[in-house]
Amino acid sequence: MSKLPITEADLHAYVDAQLPENRRAEVVDYLAAYPEEAERLQAYRMQKDALRELFDPVLDEVLPAPLRLRGAVDPQKRPILERWSLQRIAAGVAIALLGGVAGWFGHGQYQAVDRMAQLTPLPRQAAVAHVVYSPDVKRPVEVTADQEDQLVKWLSKRLGTPVSPPQLGALGYELIGGRLLPGNSGPVAQFMYHDSSGQRLTLYVTTENAANRDTGFRFAKEGPVNVFYWIDGKFGYALSAGIDKGELARVATAVYDQLEHK
Amino acid sequence: MDSSAILTELPRLRRYARAMVGDRAAADDLVQDTLERAWLRFAQWCPGSDLRAWLFSIMHNLRVDQLRRPGLNTLPMGDEDFEVPTRATQSDRLEVNDLEAALARLPEDQRVVLLLVALEEMSYEEIADVLGIPAGTVMSRLSRGRERLRLILEGRPPSANLRVVR
Repeated sequence: MSKLPITEADLHAYVDAQLPENRRAEVVDYLAAYPEEAERLQAYRMQKDALRELFDPVLDEVLPAPLRLRGAVDPQKRPILERWSLQRIAAGVAIALLGGVAGWFGHGQYQAVDRMAQLTPLPRQAAVAHVVYSPDVKRPVEVTADQEDQLVKWLSKRLGTPVSPPQLGALGYELIGGRLLPGNSGPVAQFMYHDSSGQRLTLYVTTENAANRDTGFRFAKEGPVNVFYWIDGKFGYALSAGIDKGELARVATAVYDQLEHK
Repeated sequence: MDSSAILTELPRLRRYARAMVGDRAAADDLVQDTLERAWLRFAQWCPGSDLRAWLFSIMHNLRVDQLRRPGLNTLPMGDEDFEVPTRATQSDRLEVNDLEAALARLPEDQRVVLLLVALEEMSYEEIADVLGIPAGTVMSRLSRGRERLRLILEGRPPSANLRVVR
């Protein structure tokens, strides 16, 4: 019986139990003849064991509320979702999921996002703009909603690209107006909304994302302000309010949806 | 549509990301990005195909983007720049901290293949699919990665320069 020479690939496949049974016997013979090769393979096998030993504990780390999340995404348990398009489900689920995930990953995770990806800490800028302008009783905005056409025209011109405020009336938030703000390297826009109780919410829109790297939804907490933010092409959006995360997620879904289907 | 299946893969995605990236926060960040992209593209997943492989390939692509992104400074460094603590006595049991440090010194290409084999126990064909590379490349990376890791752990660092992420 003619034997093919034992290759390096055969040796690895032997370590990983991916070798056909007949070939296995040939490798066993080979290793008996070359003890230093047997030793090398033994080292590889130990690497595998050691890697599992090192990283398997991650599998058992507690994931808060995975069952709650699962409930939120199982269409059978949430029949209302069936009417939605898949994309809507995806967007909504991403938010619902991140609501939980943000809590689970905690603050360190957000710092890491900041450190790694954001030259411009978008949520922080947005949150600061929110706390500066939203408590202002007399002049919360520069141009009020009764001049919405003008507002849209002006901000679009200054940002150099069409921007317009999403309609959030269905969610109980009415546009107050907007203003132009200085960003890191140019103008940014802020739209402000309020609900019937006077609770204010701001949408911060930048066009400064030179890196053009899309992100999904992220959640940040800056003091009393909760922020959902995401990057879509050159646009960065951040929705800020002093309302709870779930409520804000609901609004963020609507905003995202409108911007997506613009 | 059994989208909750994605969540059942979460612990494995986290384990792999942790091993690949090293830093816990950065790894969880990658998992989060992977989940987001997976939800948004769930329609593109063919039911019946391997969900886990699909998720791992999403994560792989995100990681590649991440490494290409400007702003993450990579410096070429010679091995002499590192002093990885090794114990005075050879032991047949690997020291965990040594292993983690040694793993971090592998080129990412090799580390990834090694981890998919060791942690995920994927077949070489699956790994080729996930990474979008030929099976032969999987084998050569596996071979080089294992040998390099062995030399590092035995205190005989390979001579080629590594790229280290700062």
